[in-house]
Amino acid sequence: MTQVSSGLLMGMLLFLVASGLSLIFGVLGIVNFAHGSFYMLGAYFAYAGYMATESFLVALAAGTLGMALFGAVFERLFISRIYGRDVLMQLLLCYAFVLILDDIVKIVWGANYLLMRIPPAFALPPLFVGGGAIPVYYAFLIGVSAAVGLLLWFAITKTRFGKTVRAAAINPQMVSALGVNTKLLYTSVFAIGSLLAGAAGALAAPVRSLTPGMGLSILIESFIVTVIGGMGSIVGALVASILIGLTRAFGSIGFPLFVDGLMFTIMALVLILKPSGLFGRQV
Amino acid sequence: MGTTTFRRDLVIAVIALVVLLGIPLVFPSAALRDFIIYVVAYGLLAISLNLLTGYTGLVSFGHALYFAAGAYAFGLLMQSGKVSTLSAFALSILFSAFLALVVGAICVRLKEIYFAFLTLAFQMLFYSVILTWVSLTGGDQGLMGGIPRPPLFGIDLGDPHVFYVFSCVLFVVCVFLLRQITESPFGYTLRMIRDNQERAVFLGVNVFRAKLLAFVLAGSIASVGGIVLALFASGAYPGYAFWTTSGEAIFMIMLGGSQVFIGPIVGAVLLQLLNHIVTIYTEHNGLFLGIIILVAVLGLRRGIADFIYEAWAGRRAARAPAVTAKAQGTEAAAGNKEAAYDPLS
Repeated sequence: MTQVSSGLLMGMLLFLVASGLSLIFGVLGIVNFAHGSFYMLGAYFAYAGYMATESFLVALAAGTLGMALFGAVFERLFISRIYGRDVLMQLLLCYAFVLILDDIVKIVWGANYLLMRIPPAFALPPLFVGGGAIPVYYAFLIGVSAAVGLLLWFAITKTRFGKTVRAAAINPQMVSALGVNTKLLYTSVFAIGSLLAGAAGALAAPVRSLTPGMGLSILIESFIVTVIGGMGSIVGALVASILIGLTRAFGSIGFPLFVDGLMFTIMALVLILKPSGLFGRQV
Repeated sequence: MGTTTFRRDLVIAVIALVVLLGIPLVFPSAALRDFIIYVVAYGLLAISLNLLTGYTGLVSFGHALYFAAGAYAFGLLMQSGKVSTLSAFALSILFSAFLALVVGAICVRLKEIYFAFLTLAFQMLFYSVILTWVSLTGGDQGLMGGIPRPPLFGIDLGDPHVFYVFSCVLFVVCVFLLRQITESPFGYTLRMIRDNQERAVFLGVNVFRAKLLAFVLAGSIASVGGIVLALFASGAYPGYAFWTTSGEAIFMIMLGGSQVFIGPIVGAVLLQLLNHIVTIYTEHNGLFLGIIILVAVLGLRRGIADFIYEAWAGRRAARAPAVTAKAQGTEAAAGNKEAAYDPLS
């Protein structure tokens, strides 16, 4: 049970990052290669907020809202200049930012591992479920991520904003002609995607050690998740994230190398058998 | 074309080799010699990647895998002491080609961004194998203990002058081979796939097989670069397989240009120069390199060699009307490519 809970923890963090990545790709046609760095920044923002105020709520707000703001500015200043340019330019632009953000984090917070303790509010005895212990913070994190996922699903499928976003993903010219401010729409979608990455970072900060470069492995894993689950499918991202999280949690007991191999094997199998992903529409 | 371009390329290759070999005679500096060997190794990485990126339209973000595979395979084979230098050479290239075949078979069916990420994912898998398989690879310490350099056909690779000549010859041979590939009918098939894959399919081209072959060829040539670096550094390090190495290779192409054959080599020279200068003045080279990439992507919008070539082609077109059609043709083709690309489709 303890393994299951830590697998779910990893899975939910992955889900937050991957759904942001998938959302941005689906609507903007840009794969934000710097998305892992956004996760890292979210964690460091949360750390800074916590260190300044000792309040976990402030830390969460700093990580999520800070990254939403950062994402909006980033989209306006840089990403908006490369819409329609080829993949090489997208990759290079984001690659530049991965390098820049890693170094900025190193300059501001140092290259060493940082640890943000689990907030005292969660220093309770672990919950016992099905004969295993689950730390309270784990349960909190899993619950919050699930709530965020549900909210996202609701916003995309049920609200007017979600309808506009889905329409813009299919035919932006038409949406624009119907009087929707697509520029603003793109910026807000990018901000929401960044917010999700920031939220994952902020939630992860108390249980993961912070280090510059921590974004890359989660970026690659969340890409694997989107490939397995299907680009643009939130349900797919959720299922695949949990699958990968559990694989990691159970495999890391004995065979870390084997886990990596297993993850890639699952991905390769999905790509060969069902290239659009388990829950994906058309690739 | 055929034989005439072949002869012209041969002459250019010989001249390039003579110039490369002449450099240390005119400027006898060990630092310059080492610099050129770095350019040789990374230049092979970049120019082989451009067979995929520039000619086939496949942006691989995992090309350093084959570079590192060549370096590690060669180092391990030489350390085992069971094989001759020549067979270690051949086996390392074969090993890298085999890896490229497996990864390529899974990846080349995918569309651009999926392809880029998946190749990156495989590279990171290789990287984590290197890090975790400590008993074989030395983990994050790298392949230590030096790589023996027994004489090859009576030439002593341990001598830095001889090694320089060896690297340059290898470099020119590989670049010449690559040039023959890009100018062959196969090379033009790759260009057609890049510009219009549907047309290639319609004309009966087996796109999967052509892309896979390009992927394997590019990987094999990249592994030669890795071997040169392993011999030079007398070891292999996990950094060769890290994603930043692939990122640098892509940046070299961007910096130099992807539409002119030797553009990536120009990029390799420029990036090595930049690295040298940046590391002298600051330890935050990621920050500076990142800003330079940013300026290049948002400001220059194309490689330096492409830029010069276009300016030159433009001037020539203005002078001789006969060439105008051709120059306009390529410009129009470039324009079409941009216009045809719809980010949201």
